[in-house]
Amino acid sequence: MITSKSFGSRAASVAVWAAVLGMACLCLLPLLNMVALSFSSSAAATGNLVGLVPVDFTAESYSRLITDQQFWRSFGISVLRVALGASLNVCLTVLTAYPLSKPKSRFPAQPVYMKIVLFAMLFSGGTIPTFLVVKNTGLLNSLFALILPTAVPIFNVIILMNFFKGTPEALEDAAIIDGAGQWQMLLKIFLPISLPALATVGLFSIVGHWNDYFQALLYIQSTENYPLQTYIQQLTVDLSTVTDPERLKELSRISGRTFNAAKIVASTVPLLCIYPFLQKYFVTGITIGSVKG
Amino acid sequence: MRNKKEQGAFHLMLLPGMLLLAVFSFLPMFGIVMAFQNFVPAKGMFRSPWVGLEHFKFMFSLPDSSQIFANTLIIALLLNEIRVAPVKKAVQTIVYLPHFLSWVVLSTVVINMFSYEGPINQLVTLLGGKPVLFLASNTWFRPVVIATDVWKEFGYNSIIYLAALTGVDPGLYEAASIDGASRWKQTLHITLPSLLPTLLLMSILNMGSILSAGFDQIYNLYNPLVYETGDIIDTYVYRVGLVQRQYSLGTAVGLLKSAVSFILIVGSNTLANRFAKIRVF
Repeated sequence: MITSKSFGSRAASVAVWAAVLGMACLCLLPLLNMVALSFSSSAAATGNLVGLVPVDFTAESYSRLITDQQFWRSFGISVLRVALGASLNVCLTVLTAYPLSKPKSRFPAQPVYMKIVLFAMLFSGGTIPTFLVVKNTGLLNSLFALILPTAVPIFNVIILMNFFKGTPEALEDAAIIDGAGQWQMLLKIFLPISLPALATVGLFSIVGHWNDYFQALLYIQSTENYPLQTYIQQLTVDLSTVTDPERLKELSRISGRTFNAAKIVASTVPLLCIYPFLQKYFVTGITIGSVKG
Repeated sequence: MRNKKEQGAFHLMLLPGMLLLAVFSFLPMFGIVMAFQNFVPAKGMFRSPWVGLEHFKFMFSLPDSSQIFANTLIIALLLNEIRVAPVKKAVQTIVYLPHFLSWVVLSTVVINMFSYEGPINQLVTLLGGKPVLFLASNTWFRPVVIATDVWKEFGYNSIIYLAALTGVDPGLYEAASIDGASRWKQTLHITLPSLLPTLLLMSILNMGSILSAGFDQIYNLYNPLVYETGDIIDTYVYRVGLVQRQYSLGTAVGLLKSAVSFILIVGSNTLANRFAKIRVF
């Protein structure tokens, strides 16, 4: 960047930075409010006295949370789902993206597969037919109902495919001369150099599985087998069955608030733990994958 | 010989993904026939009676059907319009954060912020206004949905533009400033034109999901009081089709949505290809 010293330019810098900092605050403050709420006494929460700092600091909500068995059961289900679901996602993304990244001259069937994949991305049978397929394949109420229908994340396949396309051809030619087959090529050459892209699609899959509540709402019928987000969703959105405005006012005032806030915060912590590690990769990962496509 | 082995390896790699797509993406597409039937689960897809376009006629005769399509389109278009440009690296981590939190979590935050005695209404009272029940008001529901979506996604959306910007040749800015171009002029004549291809690319990709207009967000925020302005296709399909078990009607509504998004994305891709030589597929 060039440093120009005119007054107008300096004023512009100040304005830009003010806007940027303002936006950052805007993102952070509501979340901090939630954290403060979870550490406040329920009397303070009910009286709407909590801002960014806990009022009457207490960890009562968290000690109540530790004894909430359903919370931990759902937490475990979510962890298992992320472990199985995201690893399956990443495996299938790699396996599907690699052959698709080959030019037609090298893999004549590539355009056909590409069309199939794109059609599946653009058009869908819709919620209800998919529900009936899951039901008829006997997956209803099992963890696999949450994993298999979304096992091939097509958007991620396209990101990784574009990343693979960007690798220098000379690398591949050299490996072929050395007698490497396509499997070896994928495992020994392409995977090690695609770490940023893999971290990106991995993060997307992990976040997707951790945050999803709707699949379980559709496919899991017993409340006790809900993953964490669905469990929390059931707690917080009682509002949708309320039609009377007065009752709604009353409900938004009830004191389960600090407890719910604690649940929300606790359910977010795992994501916050992995986020910084993967974040340094995903800016490079997504841009190389999508923009230069 | 060697080539045959190579082709075999490619097909084998694609096999598991293709099988899963066949079962969970292509098989449901056959379920679309339900939209033209009076589907009875006990009779299955082959023996349920055919009713032709009746569900579609019924759909358009419902007083709320055109409202639902309008809601979806209005919310989607507004969401699509508001995209904020790049942010500096130091604050990136913070502004990306909301993107990675689910609407289940964020809806609690939003409901809390906009509740009758929540921070926003406290501010309103402080400024001399009367508190509003934002999430139960047909006037306020859409603005709240849009504002909170922008709040969640603007940081993340900026990544793509940021990346496109780092690709701009710094020599261009230097040359421009030597020629006496102001910062504003530089933005107008260098930055914006460089962003154009990325902008087009993003809007094509967004077209595909345009009619999905934030199901997660709306499902977690709305209530019967705001169905009039907040109900979108997906929330309607879920309520009618699965909660009330009218499978055929739900499928019909869903089919219309899929068809419209398909036309939108293929159409915009073709147009972008013809006029700007940019294509996604």
